Amino acid sequence: MRLSWALNDSVTLIGRNLRHLPRNIESLLMAVILPVMLMLLFVYVFGGAINTGTEYVNYVVPGIILLCAGFGASMTAVNVANDMLNGIIDRFRSLPILSSAVLTGHVVASLVRNALSTTLVIGVAFLAGFRPTATWLEWLAAVAVLVLFVAAISWVSVCLGLIAKSQDAASGFTFAFAFLPYVSSAFVPTDTMPTVLHGFAEHQPITPVIETVRGLLLGTPIGNSAWLAIAWFGGILVASYVLATYLFKRRTAR
Amino acid sequence: MGNDVVRATGIEKSYGRVKVLDGVDLSVAKGTVSALLGPNGAGKTTMVRILSTLVRPDAGEATVAGHDVVREPERVKQVISLTGQYAAVDELLTAEENMLMMGRLGRLGRVESRRRAAELLTRFDLVDVRKRLVKTYSGGMRRRLDLAVSLITRPPVIFLDEPTTGLDPRSRQTMWDIISELVAFGVTILLTTQYLEEADRLADKITLLDGGKVIAHGTAEELKSRLAGEQAELSFADAENFDKAVVDLGDSALHRDPERRSLAVASDGSAAQVRMLLDRMEERGIAVATIDLQRPSLDDVFMSLTGVERS
Repeated sequence: MRLSWALNDSVTLIGRNLRHLPRNIESLLMAVILPVMLMLLFVYVFGGAINTGTEYVNYVVPGIILLCAGFGASMTAVNVANDMLNGIIDRFRSLPILSSAVLTGHVVASLVRNALSTTLVIGVAFLAGFRPTATWLEWLAAVAVLVLFVAAISWVSVCLGLIAKSQDAASGFTFAFAFLPYVSSAFVPTDTMPTVLHGFAEHQPITPVIETVRGLLLGTPIGNSAWLAIAWFGGILVASYVLATYLFKRRTAR
Repeated sequence: MGNDVVRATGIEKSYGRVKVLDGVDLSVAKGTVSALLGPNGAGKTTMVRILSTLVRPDAGEATVAGHDVVREPERVKQVISLTGQYAAVDELLTAEENMLMMGRLGRLGRVESRRRAAELLTRFDLVDVRKRLVKTYSGGMRRRLDLAVSLITRPPVIFLDEPTTGLDPRSRQTMWDIISELVAFGVTILLTTQYLEEADRLADKITLLDGGKVIAHGTAEELKSRLAGEQAELSFADAENFDKAVVDLGDSALHRDPERRSLAVASDGSAAQVRMLLDRMEERGIAVATIDLQRPSLDDVFMSLTGVERS
């Protein structure tokens, strides 16, 4: 009985967040338009000058997909901060429910939102000449890596939303996620960067994800990137989930 | 326990070095409305949040429907609803969706949720706007929805934290009507307010809270009777007449206001007494411009007890 209640609460709260999606049209558009603009910018404006040894559109699309997913997932911070600030959380907490299900609702909605925006971005990429060589199994593996990535970033964003004292602070956090992918192998090969940046770009967690997705979709060598990506984001996912639960308890401390 | 649905004794709560509640006792009898009245910062909201299990008291005990708020919060949550100071409804959902969501979270079945939602939306005059997103609502509509949402599970104990703060007079009147109506259904209500008029109108019992302490408790009538009875206020056209009256009445003048050239004397409100007063003024050749009989208001009680000037 207890379990079925918890399920009922989660389903209800996920439903709430899914209903928000089409009504929060500005942020959905933002999550799609920004990556598409960047892709067009990189492919048609800078792309000619960047030598990656491959067709640049093929090189850059995995990075754009990650940028899109990371940025989209980070919007969770704003939504969570909103809930914490506008009093609705007190309403949930005064009900006999598992109130942390509110957070799960946000993360599931983030996964759905990113599935939509990423699909759209890949669609535009095809129009711009993106030609992956992946089999359907490799596509599936790439999707799985992306889901892990989005879930991890979403939970990190939940933590940031729980820390934020205002909505503006929360949206400020999201910008960090929009810029982090630049210092990785997303847009240019890392060995073209100065030593310090190169070291960071080579070892920051986003690079193995990009390399894995790129390898799966285009057949470039993956090496140990896949395992690194899974270790990084599996670890981040677990850590941020635990941290979010803790922060939620502290924020709503009696 | 007796008849008390809400009972709190010696509640204390500090935030940092600020003592927000300092030994508050409170009780609300079943089926009645109690008001927690006090200025901003008196500790009203904290008290309600403790009773609704959102905040843990530092000391003291509180029970709601016999359940301890600290030890059995889940039990307490099953019998209460809390309507906070800010309408806690989901802006990106419609009124109907808000109602159904809370119905589902309140463990009502799908069918029962729909039935209750329809019923409450009608009663709170929100049927025509039920398909509109809440973000397009006016303040009054939000508050009504907020209250409607909190009633979907038929809670027997209702906490209302400043239900009409920030509302225009008409919306306030509507909320008052709704609250009065609720009482008729047998629920127990504890509301907080900074409006004396609101406490006077809605509450059976009033607890006056100031600086985290209860400074008075009783019915509105009991609180009013703590002050002297009625007063007759005389005002004069010029300073000369005012000064003569001051000399003549001496200590029997309760208070004098040279600027407005008025003074007040105790009165029983009878025509005979007023006539005697005016005759006496006439005999001494003092011209009285106007006379005004005043009954003490809760405002007077409030001011005399808290020493706070109220607007």
